[in-house]
Amino acid sequence: MTQLSRLLAPGRRGFLAGLAITAGSLALPRGLAAQEGPKQGGTLRYGMNDGSQTETLDPAGWATVTTGVAFNGALCNNLVELLPDGSIAGDLAESWSSDEAAVRWTFVLRKGVKFHDGRPFTAEDARQSILHHMGEGSTSGALAIVEQIADVAVEGEDLVFTLSAGNADFPALLSDYHLSIFPAREGGGIDWESGIGTGAFKLVSFEPGIAISLVRNPDYHKPGLPHFDALEIINIPDSTARLNALLTGEVDVIEDVDIRNIAMVEGNPDLKVVRTPSLRHLTFDMNCKVAPYDNPAVRKALKLAIDRDDILQKVFLGEGEKGNDTPVARIMPYFSETPPQHQYDPEAAKAILSEAGLDGVTVDLSVAESAFPGAVEAAVLFKEHAAKAGITINIVNEADDGYWDNVWLQKPFNASDWYGRVTLDWLFATSYTSDAPWNNTGFNNARFDELQKAARTELDQAKRAAIYAEMQQILHDDGGVITVAFVSWRLAMSANIGHGPMGGILPGDNHRAAERWWRLDA
Amino acid sequence: MTRKPRPILSMVASRVGLGVLSLVIVSLVIFSAVAMLPGSYASAILGQNATPEAVAAMEEQLGLNEPWFLRYLGWLGAAAMGDMGMSFAGRPVMDVIGPRLLNTVVLASITAVIAVPVSIALGIVCARFRGRFIDKFLSTSTLASISVPEFFVAYIVMMVLAVKLQLFPSMAGIRASMDWGDQLYRMVLPILTLLLVILAHMVRNTRAAILSVMASPYIEMARLKGEPEARVVMRQALPNAIGPIASVVALNLAYLISGVVVIEVVFVYPGVGQAMIDAVRNRDVPVIQACALIFAAAYIGFNLIADVISIISNPRLLHPR
Repeated sequence: MTQLSRLLAPGRRGFLAGLAITAGSLALPRGLAAQEGPKQGGTLRYGMNDGSQTETLDPAGWATVTTGVAFNGALCNNLVELLPDGSIAGDLAESWSSDEAAVRWTFVLRKGVKFHDGRPFTAEDARQSILHHMGEGSTSGALAIVEQIADVAVEGEDLVFTLSAGNADFPALLSDYHLSIFPAREGGGIDWESGIGTGAFKLVSFEPGIAISLVRNPDYHKPGLPHFDALEIINIPDSTARLNALLTGEVDVIEDVDIRNIAMVEGNPDLKVVRTPSLRHLTFDMNCKVAPYDNPAVRKALKLAIDRDDILQKVFLGEGEKGNDTPVARIMPYFSETPPQHQYDPEAAKAILSEAGLDGVTVDLSVAESAFPGAVEAAVLFKEHAAKAGITINIVNEADDGYWDNVWLQKPFNASDWYGRVTLDWLFATSYTSDAPWNNTGFNNARFDELQKAARTELDQAKRAAIYAEMQQILHDDGGVITVAFVSWRLAMSANIGHGPMGGILPGDNHRAAERWWRLDA
Repeated sequence: MTRKPRPILSMVASRVGLGVLSLVIVSLVIFSAVAMLPGSYASAILGQNATPEAVAAMEEQLGLNEPWFLRYLGWLGAAAMGDMGMSFAGRPVMDVIGPRLLNTVVLASITAVIAVPVSIALGIVCARFRGRFIDKFLSTSTLASISVPEFFVAYIVMMVLAVKLQLFPSMAGIRASMDWGDQLYRMVLPILTLLLVILAHMVRNTRAAILSVMASPYIEMARLKGEPEARVVMRQALPNAIGPIASVVALNLAYLISGVVVIEVVFVYPGVGQAMIDAVRNRDVPVIQACALIFAAAYIGFNLIADVISIISNPRLLHPR
């Protein structure tokens, strides 16, 4: 049901086998059937939590929400755009098609698009922007994506990718925020230093870690966009200072409002809290290769020995959605329900253990506050829940600093914070197949690996959905991940900011807040 | 004992030498401490995109695969030539820190220009009218303002002046693109907070320094001569209390350069303290080193100046027995 409607979602048509589907008509992220139409004018002042003085205009080095919203979403465009519903539409590419094996992909580029300095956008610009992340010694954040590309060439006015192996999801991967398009330089490479893109806003000033200031691009290729005249991205690392800035009207929107302050913001008639379901999920991961977690009965028992509702209410103050032991968010294409929903059932957990000949289990759970916000409190509750099932959890308080180097992927039972990936293929290939670089659960399931390979080149939507449903069920039944909750992006904003349905795959309305939102008081 | 021709100059020269040695030791301690911290720039920056290959490639580009003491020696050599090197993010360290250091110096200077004369004057008033209402009032209020943490003072100031009265902006996030008047307007609240914090300290110490001199027999003598009390304080006591006052002023000036990070965070002021926090979070060693050197140099420099002032005001200190 849900799957079907997702399959029919317009943007997914771009994947249909061997057909050149015109995605151009879908390029405008409307869905703005609001009672009050967007107004032109005004400035958006956006308070960020993660800006840093290490930030650069070089797309290979972008890693923060700040660079995402300012550079990827406002200054630049990708070949494709992530729509609010998570599907893919054309942006600088108008349409695309692939051969039967999903190896060779041809992108027809949009005509008449201009960079901010007036020079026309060409296929060579797109090619160099991809090549920028490839090659020996690349330190790009998009390395894992571009490694699949064997060759990228300009043919006529089109851009042709040849992949080293078929990948039906390839267009979706091109939405990765690092793969923004910059003008090509004579003799190869791209000119990112001048801060010239094709996006809805032109760069005025960039003070890393302090503020980024942009102004409307009157020649933007999407008619009627953007609505704002100017954009100010202001870095406010401290969460109290960020809230103060919003309360005193210094900024219009703030990222990542503290859950303890939500009631206060919602009680203020001039402000609102906007929650957007995201891919981000908080987990306790068991390494399936290490005793006692190598015993499926132990994994199953632990999944039934945690009261997710209790943790959600007490630690996250109700902000989030209960997980069901897969890493797949409800908003993802090919999400599938994985029955049964694992509920807290200490008796059943005890029964599973005694059936397996185990009389009580003792485990060490490694946590730190930096694992995810509230990880320590969640672990303490988990310990109490599990005790009723005859499972003893020893909480190991790890150092906050260096948690991701010394504990994550190292200790057999640890807390983890996942930001998710745009496609299931990418999610599984990076974190759940036996050879995945971030296989924190040490998952090693031959059937799962086989299905992953099959799905990757499967262009038939129905077959693909069936494969992904089976994979999610395998993870749910047999995997090492205890998904505590999926969390939402929490923006606090002035009631004067208008917006349509928001995308949650990336923060800030899939990074494109600046061109999608508007001021009601403009 | 042979007398050197220019005792103060030679004293300054030897102090500067010791200061430089201290800086080298500070830099070594910081560098090794950062090397011992878990995590590296590459893993901090790449975050959830940190594939092993990308991390390895970045570490090799940054030279992080070399042992830390080799990197330290390389850094020290360049620093000795005045080259603070490149931030791991690819910009010269001075480009990263420069504008922020300027912000810090501007904030510190404005605060100091107001705080030093005011606090010394108030300290003298307290000493002169010791035990009277004005003394008791200032002593109590300065004690109260020393006793609460600085961020609390900051939030009180913000609540009253920015939220309730709406006279000043709550955010002091000044930028290079703003003009001077605008920048100054935004700096009012952090300046006010810093004033409240350091005034208290300096007033109390000035008062204490003068009062300890006031207990000396020669003050008794001056009074017996019939000099008016104000003249006793200004002419007899104050000149002999300059040494201790200079020390406490130096301490507070150094604090203004290197210790105001909490105020910077609360008011979102882009100073060098925030630069250091940012650099530590990202393990950007060259920037951390530069910040540490600036902080250490501020402490050493101001204390040296205070010592020189003490000695000029009290030449006996040049000949310690």
